[in-house]
Amino acid sequence: MAELEMPKLKVPEAKTNSPAAALIQIESLSLFYGTSKALKNISLTLGERVVTAFIGPSGCGKSTLLRCLNRMNDLIDNVRIEGSCKIGGHDIYSSGVDVIELRKRVGMVFQKSNPFPKSIYDNVAYGLRLHGPQKKSELDAVVEQSLRNAALWDEVKDRLHSSALGLSGGQQQRLCIARAIAIKPEIILMDEPASALDPIATARIEELILELKKDFTILIVTHNMQQAARISDHTAFFYIGELIEFGTTGKIFTNPSKKQTEDYVTGRFG
Amino acid sequence: MITITPPESLPEKAKGRHFRAEKFDFASFFFTALTGLATLFILAILALILLNIFINGWRGLSWHFVSSIPKKDFFDASTTGVLPMIVGTTVRVVVMTIFVLPVGVITAIYLTEYAASNSPITKIIRAAVNNLAGVPSIVFGLFGLGFFINFVGKNMDAALHTPGAVWGQPALIWAALTLAVMMMPVVIVATEESLKAIPSGLREASLALGATKLETVLRVVLPQALPGILTGGILAVSRAAGEVAPILFTGVAYYMASLPHHVTDQFMDLGYHVFVLSTQSPNIEKTRPILYATVLVLLMLTFALNIVAIVIRTRVRKKLRALG
Repeated sequence: MAELEMPKLKVPEAKTNSPAAALIQIESLSLFYGTSKALKNISLTLGERVVTAFIGPSGCGKSTLLRCLNRMNDLIDNVRIEGSCKIGGHDIYSSGVDVIELRKRVGMVFQKSNPFPKSIYDNVAYGLRLHGPQKKSELDAVVEQSLRNAALWDEVKDRLHSSALGLSGGQQQRLCIARAIAIKPEIILMDEPASALDPIATARIEELILELKKDFTILIVTHNMQQAARISDHTAFFYIGELIEFGTTGKIFTNPSKKQTEDYVTGRFG
Repeated sequence: MITITPPESLPEKAKGRHFRAEKFDFASFFFTALTGLATLFILAILALILLNIFINGWRGLSWHFVSSIPKKDFFDASTTGVLPMIVGTTVRVVVMTIFVLPVGVITAIYLTEYAASNSPITKIIRAAVNNLAGVPSIVFGLFGLGFFINFVGKNMDAALHTPGAVWGQPALIWAALTLAVMMMPVVIVATEESLKAIPSGLREASLALGATKLETVLRVVLPQALPGILTGGILAVSRAAGEVAPILFTGVAYYMASLPHHVTDQFMDLGYHVFVLSTQSPNIEKTRPILYATVLVLLMLTFALNIVAIVIRTRVRKKLRALG
């Protein structure tokens, strides 16, 4: 009987392949900065609760694509987007989409840790307080849970009300993760979250990502091949605005179908 | 075959070489001395002015002098006082601050946070702000007379059906507003600089959490910019306190028997009083001690207004650092 129940478990592989289970569907998406085309006709389907790594040399458009998913590119003048990007079946670029609501569902962690110059507590509570006044007990609970989930609670529980800027680089980045998950997004975008950290802090972030995968869908941009190999289920390789290859991380790193991918992951260029 | 030089032979090569003996660098010495002298020159002038005023003005200073309202003949050292001037100058500076800070800060927020930085409109606004800073102060005085008193004030009188001229005449409020217009660029530029200094990562972090632009400005950007904004305020206050030309036609009185009670009243002013004492006195020698004392009071008042603003800024900075 136990064996019969097995197929009901969520298997990321299967989910990505069937369109019904796809959380993110990018279809022939192109992005222009003025007249220059930064993303060329990208199509990509991602499932729920998997970690997808975006790899590729600098300037290949991986960060730009990441920022399409929470419409952070809207902040830049002269950006034009063609094609569609659906999250949960809804095109996030169609008119009438509330960007504020979108960003609450699609959280983001930036390359450079950017805690607010406020207390640790206020940083984590920031997103919740945007909804208006909150009950202190509820706020306390969410702050604690978010910090626990970001593996930071034990280090900061005694100084929640001191400045976030007093934390180390790695702690600050985990605080930014706690801040992002406090508002319970479905998707977390991570733009080279460990690139400015030492190997020990990086390892902690990686452990955290594997832990967060149970609850969130994670997209991570990284320049670190080993990191992509260690933490991601799927990997997408980009080169000069194009999606060259997308597949399971195992396949991309051991048996890529394109020559360019092989050259990049083996360190022959980029 | 590749031959590798053994490391032992390396020092031998270096042994023969000596460091060149240090030469006297005349150019460096000259420019260090020049910058030092220039600084010293400025400090000397400042010290000379302050010492002169302090030594000559100290004797004329008394409690009676700063706390009494003078008679019509304020050139008499034994009975004169500067209370109305202290009150007038303080009130006009405070009222100016109330107007200039919000308008200047909101303009700066528009320019840095909302306006597209390379749009023609933004460029025009920036050019206008810079030009405003270059307009001579007497022109602001005439502008205040023409715009605030003859246009705004007269129309207010007509609209409110006041008996006679109430708003349509020189008044404290118009002098303060004229000064506010004049100090606008100082506040705008200082605020813009402090807004630009805030890392864009903080704005992005806030927006990515689902904050609106307004929420981001109010919760993240402005609190950070507050010390810089207050610096702009301090600059505006210290410059405005000593300005005479802009209030000449817009509100200052040669003599008033009582303190101003209403914003539509005229007022006496320390800077203008210094001008009056030094040009209208029937006996220059007798008036000189009062003149020095009045200048000293003006300096001290400017200093006091500055101290108040600096204390506020220090508190804000401390609060930002401690965070709550």
